[in-house]
Amino acid sequence: MSTDQNILVKLNDAGLQLNNKWLVKGVSLQVEKGKIVTLIGPNGSGKSTTAKIALGIYKKIDGSVEKYTHKVGYVPQKISIDWTLPLRVNDFMVLTESLNKETIDEALSLTGVIHLKDKNLGDLSGGEFQRVLLARAISKKPELLVLDEPVQGVDFTGEIALYELIKKISDELSCGILLISHDLHTVMAATDHVVCLNGHVCCSGSPMDVAKNNEYKALFGEQASQILSRYEHKHDHIHTDEGEIKKN
Amino acid sequence: MFDDFFIRALVAGIGVAFVTGPLGCFVIWRRLSYFGDTLAHSALLGVTLAFTMEFNIALSVFIISSLIALILIQLQKKTNLPGDALLGLLAHSSLAVGLVVIGFLTFIRFDIMGLLFGDILAVSVDDLLIIWIGGALILLVLKLIWKPLFASTVNYELADAEGLNPDRAKAIFTILMAAIIAISIKMVGLLLITGMLIIPAAMARNLSSSPQSMVIYSIIGGLLSVIIGLFTSLEFNTSSGPSIITAALLLFILSLFKIKQSIKLKN
Repeated sequence: MSTDQNILVKLNDAGLQLNNKWLVKGVSLQVEKGKIVTLIGPNGSGKSTTAKIALGIYKKIDGSVEKYTHKVGYVPQKISIDWTLPLRVNDFMVLTESLNKETIDEALSLTGVIHLKDKNLGDLSGGEFQRVLLARAISKKPELLVLDEPVQGVDFTGEIALYELIKKISDELSCGILLISHDLHTVMAATDHVVCLNGHVCCSGSPMDVAKNNEYKALFGEQASQILSRYEHKHDHIHTDEGEIKKN
Repeated sequence: MFDDFFIRALVAGIGVAFVTGPLGCFVIWRRLSYFGDTLAHSALLGVTLAFTMEFNIALSVFIISSLIALILIQLQKKTNLPGDALLGLLAHSSLAVGLVVIGFLTFIRFDIMGLLFGDILAVSVDDLLIIWIGGALILLVLKLIWKPLFASTVNYELADAEGLNPDRAKAIFTILMAAIIAISIKMVGLLLITGMLIIPAAMARNLSSSPQSMVIYSIIGGLLSVIIGLFTSLEFNTSSGPSIITAALLLFILSLFKIKQSIKLKN
């Protein structure tokens, strides 16, 4: 299969202007099947905006976005359920697609919240809610997953487990993932491609390339760069061009 | 059987309640109560138009209300006035214009009270057909757009991102709102239609734990309100609209006891 057939969504010099202010400008990136692309950057650097551009939520954008799939799962950064809407976890799971009971249960088990199935969404804690959001997004077996800070509010051990789950989903479903995360440790461990945003693309490439980049250092400081380089030493294997794994 | 005006009113009211139940839930969920009010107020203009041009009332109310909804959407795009100010502007100006037009139509005898508060004597067999056929159509369309409408009610961006076209669902829902006002105006009266949408749904919220059960309770609440209200209206010679809404209010108050219990249980 050529690379082009693997592309799920592609941003070409995309940007968004609101009230004469650029939220984000000149972003080019692509998400391919089975790959995890991570957006990092400080607050207000346009990470969520870029994700929404990729999803096609913004209609009047600069540049262009090409989307090659309709099977999309989305975990928004923030979602609030009004009290007037009585909504159980079970109802929420089938919000955008009808699923059978087994599929729902499987997804809820994967994110560890099957016991909350009949609870009202309003009664969940932040971390529990986040797990439900992730379960809903993966339950429909999407080709493209867009995760906007999917583990916010999740406890430490849960965070690691959920990132492992995300990696597993990307491999098993061979779905492309556009991830927004603040946690540089995890980002670097599981990501194929990093895009560092600060209103524009400040640098991008493999985690190691980005870590060495001077602009990245300027943005996140020397320490952040060291976090990344630590991962370099942890690697005990290399990937050959044929995709095989060789022990060092 | 439909010779009796009271039976006609009852059958009409039951038809209306089946439709206001589910629509009312969305009015509450999407915070559209003032929007419903605006459409209902503009209905007076529709009624006067129907009388001057000897046109079907329900159809003309439907057209005018849809038109007002369109104007609202345009105004929202073109001005910086906040939404509630725009709604107030349209609600009161369309009501005022409607009343002024009525003032000019001295050759037609108008039952203003009946228009504002509903009149069970006014329900004809034709109206029954409009309510039941129109109502069935509204419910059918609502069922068809349920998924995108409900998903975008929970979260617009989620629905949009996952390809459900929430804008189309919203536009269709606006038309359904105009339609329910058009078919229920004779029963409930234009000042109280929003009450018929909101109060049974608010009662239902207190009793339910899922969207589906809220819709069902809302329908039951509406049916009970209509039946109790109409019998009261017959017995005490009160206007049908206020009687129905008062009955709905009593049911709502009763539902508060249930919610108090569940809060106690939680603590």
